[in-house]
Order: sequence, then C-alpha cells, then structure tokens
Amino acid sequence: MLKYLARRIFQSIGILLGVTVITFMLSFLIPADPVRMIAGRSATPATVERIRHELGLDQPLPVQYGRYLVNLVQGDMGRSYVQKSEVTELIASRLPATLLLMAGAIFFELLLGMPAGIFAASRRGRTADKAVMVLSFVGVSAPQFVVGLILLYVFAYSLALFPLSGYGTLWHLVLPALTLGFTGGGWYSRMTRSSMVEVLRQDYIRTARAKGASEGRVVLIHGLRNAILPIIAMIGLDIGIFMQGAVVVEAVYGWPGIGQLAWQAIQRIDIPIIMGVTLVAAVAIVLGNLLADIATSLFDPRVRLG
Amino acid sequence: MNYTLRRILSDKPALFGTLVIGVTVAGAVFAPLVTPYDPAQQFFDGLTLQGAPRPPNEQFWLGTDLLGRDLYSRLVYGARSSLIIGIAANAAAVLIGTLLGTTAGYVGGVVGTVIMRFTDLMMAFPALLLAIALAAILKPSLWIVAMVIALVNWVQIARVIYTETRALVERDFIEAARAIGAAWPRILFRHVLPHLVPTILVWSTLGIAITVLLEATLSFLGIGVQPPTPSWGGIIFESQSYFLNAPWLVFFPGVAIVLLALSFNLVGDALRDALDPTQRGRE
Repeated sequence: MLKYLARRIFQSIGILLGVTVITFMLSFLIPADPVRMIAGRSATPATVERIRHELGLDQPLPVQYGRYLVNLVQGDMGRSYVQKSEVTELIASRLPATLLLMAGAIFFELLLGMPAGIFAASRRGRTADKAVMVLSFVGVSAPQFVVGLILLYVFAYSLALFPLSGYGTLWHLVLPALTLGFTGGGWYSRMTRSSMVEVLRQDYIRTARAKGASEGRVVLIHGLRNAILPIIAMIGLDIGIFMQGAVVVEAVYGWPGIGQLAWQAIQRIDIPIIMGVTLVAAVAIVLGNLLADIATSLFDPRVRLG
Repeated sequence: MNYTLRRILSDKPALFGTLVIGVTVAGAVFAPLVTPYDPAQQFFDGLTLQGAPRPPNEQFWLGTDLLGRDLYSRLVYGARSSLIIGIAANAAAVLIGTLLGTTAGYVGGVVGTVIMRFTDLMMAFPALLLAIALAAILKPSLWIVAMVIALVNWVQIARVIYTETRALVERDFIEAARAIGAAWPRILFRHVLPHLVPTILVWSTLGIAITVLLEATLSFLGIGVQPPTPSWGGIIFESQSYFLNAPWLVFFPGVAIVLLALSFNLVGDALRDALDPTQRGRE
C-alpha cells in the first residue's frame, strides 16, 4: 500500500510537471504581446524594453521556465496583466464561491442520481428501469446553459422563488447547484445502477434473500454498501472537474467563482490568470484521481493495490 | 450485424433516437425545401411595433428573433452547424484516438509509454477550459471549432483503444500471425483493427453527443460558430439579453440541442449493449 502510494504520488508529480510545461508554452501560443498590453500603445521603445526586462521576457526560454517553476513552488503565479494584482490572490478570493458551488452541485448530483440508480437497479429490465435510464440520459444530454436558463426563467423569473443572479445567501446557491446537479446527476444514476446491478447478482445477496431479509434491506443494506465504492471514486473525479470552475453556470447566474475569473481572463487574454486557473484545475484533477484511488483501496479490502 | 440491427430496432429508446437523428439529418440536408423563409432574412413584420421579437404565431411557427428573423428556419439551418461539427470533429477525434491508441498498444516500449504518458497529461487538463481558451484565441470559424473539439476529445478514445489493443496483443491468434511472419501493418490492420470495430463504432456515436454539446457551449459563449451562420448555441447566445421576455428563443433551440445529443447517446448506448458479446442472450 505504501509502495503503491509512493509510486502514485511520484507519478502525479510527473504529470503536474508536464502540465506546467504546457501552461508555460500556452503563453507563447497566444498572439498577444503582454508587454504591449501593460505598456499601452503609446509607450516608447525604451519603456517597452524596460518592461520586457522587468518581466524577464528577454531571457532564454529555459531560464524563463525555471523562474516560473521556482515562483510556482513559492506560491507565486505572477501578476495579472489587466487587474494589476497577484494571480494567487485573485484565485484565492474566488475559492470560497467555487467550493460552495461544488458542494451544492455534488449534493444535488447525489440526491438526484443515487436514488434513481438504486431504483432502476432494483427494477432491472423493466419499464421503470428503462424510463429512469432515459431520464438520466436527458440529464447528461442537456447543456448546462439550457438547463440553467430554463430554471432561471421558471423559478427565478416566473415564480420568483429564487434570486435571478448573484451570490451571498443559500437561496442564491440553489439554482446554480441544481443546474449542475441535474446535468451531472445522470452520470451518478448510471454509475449507481451498473454498480448495483453487479452487486445484486452476487451469491451473498441470494443468501441474504434466502435468509428472509426484506427486499428493502437486501438492496439498501447488503447491496448499497458494496456498490458505493465507484460512487465515492466518482465524487473524487468530480472535485477535480469542478475546481476549474463552472464557466457556463457561473456566466448564467453571475456566480463569482473561478470559472468567471477564467472566462473574463480569456476574453481579455490575461495570460497569467489563464495559466494560474489551468494549473489549479490540473492539480485538483490529479489530486481528485489520487483520492479516488486511495478511497477505493481503503474501503474495499478486495482491492489490493501494489 | 443483422443481430445488432435487430437489437437496436427492438430497443424503443434507440429507435426514437434513430428517428430523431434521421429527421435532423434530412432537415439539414433539405433545409431550403422544408423552411418557409430564408434564415437570414429580417422581416419587417417579424418585430412588434415596439421592436420586440414576436412569439410563435401562424406566420412564424416558432416566433422570431431579436432581428425579426424566422426562428424555425434558423433552427433548421442551424442543424447543419451541429451535425457538420458533431460528425467531423468526432470523426477526427476517433481517428486520432484510434491511431495513437493502437500504436501505443501494439508497438509498446518507449513509443507506447511516451504516447500514454502524454494522454495522462491531457487527462489532467481541464478540457472545457482548454477548449474555451483555444477557441477564444484562434479566431473561431466552423472548422476551427471542429478542430478545437477534436483536439480536446481524442484523449479518452485513445485510452479505451489502448487498453483493448493491449489485451488483443496478448491473444494467441496475434502470436500465430506473428509466428507465420506477417508484417506489422498486416497484423495491425487485418488482425487487430477488426476487433476494435465495435468500440470504434460505439465511440463514433456517443462521441457525437459530447461534440454537439461542446459546440453548443462554445457557441453559447460567443466563441463557437460565428454569425451569420446560424447555430443552436449561437441563437441562445444572441438572445440571452432578452430571453426573460422572449423565452421561446431559448426554449426551442435548447430542446433541439437536448434532443439531438440525447438521440446520439441513446443509439450509442444501444450499440454498446448490442455489440458487447458478454451481453448476448441476457436481458
């Protein structure tokens, strides 16, 4: 287990190093000169050269990359070209909103997905099963902006139950989180169903039934306990995905998370922020994967990782 | 194949999906014949006296947009964008994924390791963010959008194909082919690839659903298909400022996107079940 952990962590560091190379190269792919963006159009050549020197952009590429890495390790992701503040601070200031939305989204994903999947598995092959699975597909086939705008129109505008947009109270969280929960919940329902179907086929389930345990007990206690691992793993992956911010949902609801920060930065070609958000998201995805694997091995004694 | 076809036709959701895809493709191909108006024409009576778009009525079946254009005609023509990008981008992604996956799986060694470490790297990248950044930086057009989507979407296919190729290479019949001296292109194309056809087929279908959604999302952010070319996501992007007063401008294109993506998902899912030999005879 320890050996496996060490190897996985080592591997993850390797991947993250690769990610830094690509984010670093990203800044050279972008057809905009950061010096010009900072100095403005009317700057004299001397000013342009001075700023270029201050940013270290006149140094050879490997040196620039080395400096970028050293700064990263110290938690310094550079300064925004447009907003004149530290990228690390900007991202940190958006973190609470992103984490809150993530928690709300995962809550609704589980609330909608798990009961649906359990129900479908217990009615396997019947009409109810098919109906639930088609409904799950509707969820994963619906773009977030369509669900978001329709929920906004119905519940915030027509029925005026929730605020139209913004951030601050729990009421503001409901619709954006529900949007993500509905579109993502379909995956959870499908995963729960296939995991439950697999478990309910096992011998010990037959034994439990033979002992006379009630169907509800068989499904919810004996079955679910062993079917829950892939779902926990999925939450791990989800955390990674949500850390890049929900660009679309945040745009629809004016939610001040990392996604909004990233989207504004992309529109203004504010390279340091784009690089920073990409990196944070990559770290979260790699960590999420790692956590999912560790959780699987911790909770399931049958999985011996080595 | 007959068996596969029968399985799919007996599956009601998949039949529904096939029908929707058929109607959408027919509508896109014969768009001029099935639309009453030119999608770009701005009608004088397409706007109310106050200049607002008109709700659905007998003249404009699904209403008009902010410029007084017929929404129904724009939706039918918009299907072209969704289908062209959906099919082209996904075909490219499947091609790249299959090429890299089989190479890594069959050749193995250093080349295989390099390819698979690179896909690991790509998996760690936030895909949506990457697509948005690329599309925003490269001045978007229909084909640029398709390319961006392909560049983001090939990764998973490569991993699936890699795993299957690895398993195949261990099998005796590949060993036998190698033993009688078959050259590697022959082994790859005649012995390995045919076994990958079911997987490729399933991904070719399911992948279109993912692609259609990604195209719609990029267009909704204004960095996908550019006006005047109509696209479903683009119609919603253009009308979002006014949509609380004209909900049909979001509702109809939204339903179109969901239906098309859903259909490709349903057909792909049925294909997967039908082509999976371990699922035969079960039900």
